Parts: sequence; structure tokens; C-alpha cells
Amino acid sequence: MNLIENNLLSLILFTPAFVAGVLVFLPREEKGLIRWVALLGSLIPLALAIFLWLSFDTNEPGFQFQEVQIWYAAIQSSYHLGVDGISVTMVLLTTLLTPLAILASYSIQENVKSYMFLFLLLEMGMLGVFLSLDLLLFFVFWEFGLVPMYFLINQWGSEKGERTLWGGRKMKARTYASFKFMIFTMAGSLGLLLAIQMIGVVAGTFDMLVLFDTLPGLSSGTLFGIPVSTVKALAFWAFVIAFAIKVPVWPFHTWLPDAHTEAPTAGSMILAGVLLKLGGYGFLRLVLPLYPVESRQYAGALAFLATMAIIFGALAAWGQRDFKRLVAYSSVNHMGFVLLGIAAAALAAGTENAVLALNGAVLQMFNHGLSAAGMFFLVGVIYERTHSRDLNDYGGLFPLVPVYGGILIFTSMASLGLPGLNGFISEFLVVRGVWPIFTFFTALSMIGLFFTGAYILKGLKMTLHGPLNKRWVGHLSEINARELLVITPLMVMMLWIGVWPAWILDLINKTNVMLFG
Amino acid sequence: MQFPVLSVIVFIPAVFGALILLIPQERKTEIRMAALTAAFIAMALAAWVYFSYDVAASGYQFVERYQWLPALGISYYVGVDGISAPLVLLTGVVMFTGVLISWGVDDRPREFFAFLFILATGVFGVFVALDLFGLFFFYEIAVFPMYLLIAIWGWKVTREYAAMKLTLYLFIGSVISLVGALAMYFASGLGTFDMLALETANYSVTFQRFWFPFVFIGFAVLGGIFPFHNWSPDGHVAAPTAVSMFHAGVLMKLGAFAALRVGIMLLPEGAKFWMPVIIIFTLVNVVYGAFIALVQTDFKYVIGFSSVSHMGLVLMGFATLKAEGLTGAGVQMFSHGIMTALFFAVVGMVYDRAHTREIPKLGGFATVMPWVTVAFIIGGLVSMGMPGFSGFIAEFPIFMGVWRTQPWIAIVAAISIVITAAYVLRVVGRVFFGKMPEEFVGHITNITPLDKVALVLLSAILIIVGVYPSIMVPLVESGVENILRLLGGA
Repeated sequence: MNLIENNLLSLILFTPAFVAGVLVFLPREEKGLIRWVALLGSLIPLALAIFLWLSFDTNEPGFQFQEVQIWYAAIQSSYHLGVDGISVTMVLLTTLLTPLAILASYSIQENVKSYMFLFLLLEMGMLGVFLSLDLLLFFVFWEFGLVPMYFLINQWGSEKGERTLWGGRKMKARTYASFKFMIFTMAGSLGLLLAIQMIGVVAGTFDMLVLFDTLPGLSSGTLFGIPVSTVKALAFWAFVIAFAIKVPVWPFHTWLPDAHTEAPTAGSMILAGVLLKLGGYGFLRLVLPLYPVESRQYAGALAFLATMAIIFGALAAWGQRDFKRLVAYSSVNHMGFVLLGIAAAALAAGTENAVLALNGAVLQMFNHGLSAAGMFFLVGVIYERTHSRDLNDYGGLFPLVPVYGGILIFTSMASLGLPGLNGFISEFLVVRGVWPIFTFFTALSMIGLFFTGAYILKGLKMTLHGPLNKRWVGHLSEINARELLVITPLMVMMLWIGVWPAWILDLINKTNVMLFG
Repeated sequence: MQFPVLSVIVFIPAVFGALILLIPQERKTEIRMAALTAAFIAMALAAWVYFSYDVAASGYQFVERYQWLPALGISYYVGVDGISAPLVLLTGVVMFTGVLISWGVDDRPREFFAFLFILATGVFGVFVALDLFGLFFFYEIAVFPMYLLIAIWGWKVTREYAAMKLTLYLFIGSVISLVGALAMYFASGLGTFDMLALETANYSVTFQRFWFPFVFIGFAVLGGIFPFHNWSPDGHVAAPTAVSMFHAGVLMKLGAFAALRVGIMLLPEGAKFWMPVIIIFTLVNVVYGAFIALVQTDFKYVIGFSSVSHMGLVLMGFATLKAEGLTGAGVQMFSHGIMTALFFAVVGMVYDRAHTREIPKLGGFATVMPWVTVAFIIGGLVSMGMPGFSGFIAEFPIFMGVWRTQPWIAIVAAISIVITAAYVLRVVGRVFFGKMPEEFVGHITNITPLDKVALVLLSAILIIVGVYPSIMVPLVESGVENILRLLGGA
């Protein structure tokens, strides 16, 4: 038992890679076997994550389950893992969504082996970001996760759709989307890379625990002939832009609708469910602790961007005809609340309101992970049957698929923020925390919240209600048992957090009080 | 007496090359088996040297020294340090995989392998030489067979032109360096070509500043430094596959290595004076090379220009004269060598089957050549500096070194990372994915098991170094310490 506890984080991190390695040696024709190995393999990290959750001591400050090994001694970077309440929450989310997404991918028929291989590597990349306590290691996993996602979109994305580029050349939409995803994110992480190198040169270490202590105190003198404060402001923005692209915050969000729309269903689930959280996590783990002064200074700008994301995300979602694009823009809208909470905490660090806002932000990340994954899955379910994502092609489907309809309404309501379901708790916390700090922006973002209601109801109306589109009669089958198995855990979690949030909020709150209180 | 392992490594290719010439022309299988045996022995011994090098002791190891022309102070003097040991291993690996993927060479394989092995002897010789004369001796041996290999077995369209251009560039470069080396020999007053002795020669600062550019640039031409890089893409493209692998994988390192050994280590004051200028040339290499690669339509030219860009990083690492930069450059030499060998192997495999390298005419090869596709993607990820692969391990410290000298250069150079990603993804998308043109359907065969061995070996090395940098970095660091000592602890 001790062996497991001492290496718990490494086990969680590398089990997916190990399972992926096993997959390589399975014959590619054995699709069923490959799927089951991938699914069972991905349940191991989930079991370990639950064990981690249960054995995590909420009253102890600082990082737990730390592991340190020599990795790249020449530049003082080490393999340093550790978790606090925020990372435990995110690890749980990742390990929970991955098996569900794998189960949702049972309908994939082409190259199942490569697909599952990439999916498990993706899980490792995401977990690595949440577990790293070394800046360089953080970056390693941050970048590494891009590769599998790129290929998942590029190879298993939707078959249809073309994009005309400037110059008139036509390109498959999934090729375009995956390329855009890769280049946007890489360009974003370029600044992050440079800033990390700069920190490494200045501080002589990449260990986050050391950097949390030393870097904020660095304020006088010059670096490279420029005042330290300027250098730090530049580095701050380099971090912010990298994470803002990932979240994504308006106006850096344009890769997201394309990537989401073209990705395979399970890819969208993970993209919205976990990958976007990497950005929010980056703000919490790195930006706030490393740059408290700059964060405070530019908090207004961040709050402005967050408000814009909330409003424009909602308006854009409202204007969509494509069901998947609608859900994609809803992510911009919902993730805006995460950044709003973070911006407020940056301005009013140490106050009770800041902690409330941050609690909301972290819980919103978890909740959005559940509801966005659920929404994308449900869009995928109907797409697999109709091969259309155009809302105008649907209509009046409720009588044909009553169970599916009920589930869609339930999940949509969670996404909308109906009291009693999870979304309400976190959005309320954010708004409650931010109100005294950024009253104006909070008030503005209420407009966004109104349109959230509008676009979600629009989606429901155009699929389930209204006159029945006759072409689906006899063609549209009800949600099947495997699909129910995917969505049920998500629905249970949504309801559970909505009714009794204390089990998760308690942990988040204690961590936030210790870190930022 | 200790087993003269370095001499064996250096001369095994030449000896086997001569033996191969004795095998009758028609017995191609025996010729190939002999070549493979030699390459395997060389690689195994190189690996043995690499892993038994004592990092804690550092310095030059496996040293052998025999008098050669005592009157002129020339001796046969060889040894490896932390910088050259990985390069010897690199040469061994590229040689072995080069033979594996040249199994299909049907036009005079006997002469082909013989020349290739003479080239290998030259390359091994330069990496282990501790005598300035010996270094030049092996350097010229390495350059000369290149001409024949390209002119005879190369791509029919440009081979004479490319072979001529390459050889002239490199000879002019080496002649300029030779002049510098002779100046050093006479100015030292020691009457020896022993580089370890010359390190202590205490040349005057003016002397060093005057001669450094000649020596450094002369060798750096072979390293592909801007604006003398343009022999290299032409040469890469015209050469047959195994020669391209050798050329980009190893030969360009020869230039960089000699520029380091003779230029920076013997003339440290000159290096300190000129490096702020040279780093700007290397910046052009890095960024401009990447942009040019982006717009190529010939698959092999893309890789050719990517080498210009990546070798720019090696020279940029040198130009920082800082511990991180030099360490990164040492690892980058190895990493780029393996990566580009992998790239050219892949290009060769595609070309052998499609008989065209025009990117717009290719497509859909992933379905028939999955191994090649995966190998190219791995090479591509290394090339774009993706963490988890050796390219990241090499480039990150180089950039840190640049931060320590001229931060704005790091910022500008970083653009190349995104451009590299763009051209790699472009090639992956256009050549391997997408729809296969009609004329190829049913005609493209999968690669042979020997090809697979080569691809797996090269890919595995890139991943191992990327995941576990401690397998190489401490070794390189021990070599870098020595350089820093010569630079005066800078």
C-alpha cells in the first residue's frame, strides 16, 4: 500500500501511457478487444484518482503526495509532482471524463487502435499539466497534449465540410480546423515558452514552490537593461495570452468553434471538458501566485475580456444554426465566468469576496467540464443518427425520442444554470464574489446570462419542439444502452453537485483560503 | 595496452570498404552483408565508447597517440570528450541505418558502399582527432567521396550541378580554415599540431581576433551558416538517400564541430569578440531557413531547408558561449543528426515508390505506408521542438543561453518554432494524409523489414533522449565545462 501511496501521482500519470503501450501490441483487426482494453485501462486512473481524493487531507496546507526525481539536471529542472485541492478536483474531472469519452467512441470504426492510443496519450498530457510542480515539466505536458488532439481532429473529425481559403483553394474543414487549433495554441505557447526560459535564466530554477516564494518579491533593479517591472509585465502578458487562448477568452477564441465542430464527439467532450480547463488552471496555478502585483494591476483588463467573452459567447451561440457550433460558443460564454472570478480575485486578493469568487471559478471549471462534455455527447448522439448538425433539419423530435429528449433538457438546464443543478451553484458563487469587486462588469455579464437562457432554449426548441420534420420518422432510433451509460454518471454528478455541493466545495474552499485567503 | 577502440572505429569502414571492392560485382548480397557487418561493428563499438565514457572523470578518454611526422610536429592523436562521444555514436547509427535503407541500391552497390565507407572513416576521424593536421586530413577525406556519391548515384536532374557546387563551397571553406590553422601553427611557436598543446599557446588578442573569422566561418560553411548555406539544400536534394542521411545527419555536424574545436576552443578571445556578430547570422539561418522551408514544393527541399534552420540553432548555441547554449548545441547536433537522417530516409522511401517529390502530386501515403508516416510524424515533432522528444531537450537550453546574451534574439528566433510546426504539418497533411492520386493507387508497396528496423532505431533514439535527457546531457556538459574553462570561466 505504501508503494502505491508514495508513487500515487506517477501511477495516475503514467497508467494511460502504459495502457497505450499495451494497445500497440494488439492486432489492429481486434477492434472490440482494443476498445475494452482502452476502457478498462482508463478506469484504473479513475480508481486511483478516487483513492487520491479520499486520502487527500483537506486541512493540511501546501502540496501533498509530492514526488521529486532528477529529470533534466543541466537546467535545474526536476520531475516534481504534487497536488492541492484545485489540482485534485481537475484530476478527478479528467479521469472521470476520459473513460466516458472512450465509451462514447465505441462507434468509431476506422483505425480504432491509433485512435485509442492517441486518446490515452491525451489523457496523460492533461494529467501531467495538473500534476506538475515544475514549470518546465508543466510546459512539457502542456505542449504534449496538443499532438494527440491535433490528430484526433485531423483524422477522425467530421467527414463532411469544406473551407475555402483565401486564394480560392479548398480544404477539408477538419484539416483546416486542426491546423488552426495547432497553430493558435503553439503561437500562444510561444510567449509562454519564452517567458519560462526567461524565468529559468533569472531564477536559476523551474521549481514552482521556489518560484512562488522568490519571483513575486523580485521588483527592483534591471534585467537585460530594462526595468524589472517592465520585464515582469511582459512575462505576465505572455502567460496570460497563452492561457487565454486555451480558455479561450475573447478575442482569442476563434479556433474553438472550428475545432469543436470538426472534432469527433469524444474529442469535443475532452476538448470542452478538460482541455479548456488547462487554461483556467494555468491562471490559478501560475499567473496569480507568480505575478500578484501585475495581476492586480491588470485585473480590470482581465475582467473586461471575461465580460466580453460572456456576452459575445452567448450572442454568438444564439446566432448559430449548427447545433455543435452553438454548444461550442456556449463554452466561451461559460468559461468567461471562470476568468471573471479569477480577475476579481486578482484585484482583491486576500478578501472574503476573492475567495468566494475563486471557489466559484474552480467549481465552474468542474461543472462546465461535466455539462459541456454531456452537451457535446448528446449532440454527437443525434448527429450519428441524422448525419446533420443543422438545427433547421431537426424539429419536433421529442415524440420520436422521448428519453433522449428528457436527457437533453436535463443537461441543457444544467448548462443554463437552473437552481438545483450544478451550473447554478458555481455561477452564483462567481457572481456573488465578483459583485462587490467589479460591480459594473458583473452587471454587464448578466446580459450574457440572459442570452445564455435564450440560446439554450433555442437549441431545445429547434430540436425537440415545433412541427415534426417528417423525414426522421422511422429513422431516428432512441438513445441506446451504451450511450445511456455514458451520460448517466454525468447527470448524477450534475444533480449531486446541484443539490449538495458541500462535498466538493469544502475541499475547494479550504484550498483557496490557504492559497489566496 | 588498452584496446585501441577509436582507431578500430575509424578504420573499420575504410578497411571493409576496400574489402568490399574485392568482392565480384555480381555478388550483390555478399556486398551488402559485408557492408552491414562493418556498419554494425562500428555502431556497436561507438555505443560501447559512448556508454563506457567516464563522465565523472571527463576530459579526453580512449586516447591513442603515435608519432606520424615528428619533424613537423604531426602525430596520430585521437580521443573523445563529452562533445565528440555523442557524435561518434551518431555517425555509427547513421552509418548502420544508411546501409539498411540502401539495400535496394542496384547500380554498382560495390562502389557505392566503398565510397560511403571512406566517407564514414573521414567523419569518424574528424570527431576523434586531437591533432589539427589529423583533423584536416580526415576532413578532406570526408568531403571528397561526397562529390562522387552525388555525381554518380544522385538525382539525375541536378546531380552534376549540386555535386560541383557542394564540393567547391566546402573546399573553399576548408582552404580558408587551413590558412588560419597554419597561421596558428606558426604563431604558437610550439612546433606542434597537437590541439591540446595549442590550447595553451596564449595567442595575442589581436591575433585571435584577426584569425577567428577565417577559421570559424571556413568550417561553418559546412555547418550551413548563412549566407554560405545554399550549397546544402541543393546537395541534400541531389544526393541518394543514404548519402543525404550522412550529409545532413553527420557531415553538417562535422562543420559545426570543427568550428567549435578549432575556432572557439583554440581562439577563445576571437570567439568572444566576434560572437555578437555571428549570432545574428545564425538568427537569419534559423528564421529564414524555416520560412524558405515553408514555401518549398519539393518534399526533399523542405527537409533540406529545415536542416539550414536547425543547424542555425546549433551555431547559435555556440555563439552564446554560455554553458546552457553550448550544452544545448551539443545535444542538438546529435538530435538533429538522428532526426534528419530519419527525415531523409522517409523521403527516400516515398520517392522510391512515387518517383516524384512534388508535394502537390503526392497524398494519402499513410494508408499504404503507416510505419513511414509514424516515423515522419515523430521526426516532425522533434523538429518543431515538441516536448517529450529530443529536439525540445536540445533547443530549450540553447534559448536559455541566448537569453543570457541577447534576449531579443531569443524572441525573434522563437518565431521559427511556429513556422516549423506549419511546414511539418503541411507536409504531413499533403503527403501522408488526404486522398491518394489515382496513378498511385495499387502501385505503392509497403517498406521492407530492414527499412522498418532503421526507422524504429532512429525514432526510438529521439524519444529516449527526449524523455530521459540524463542519458546524454551530463556527458555533453562535461565536454562543455572544458570549453568554458578555455573561455576563461565565462
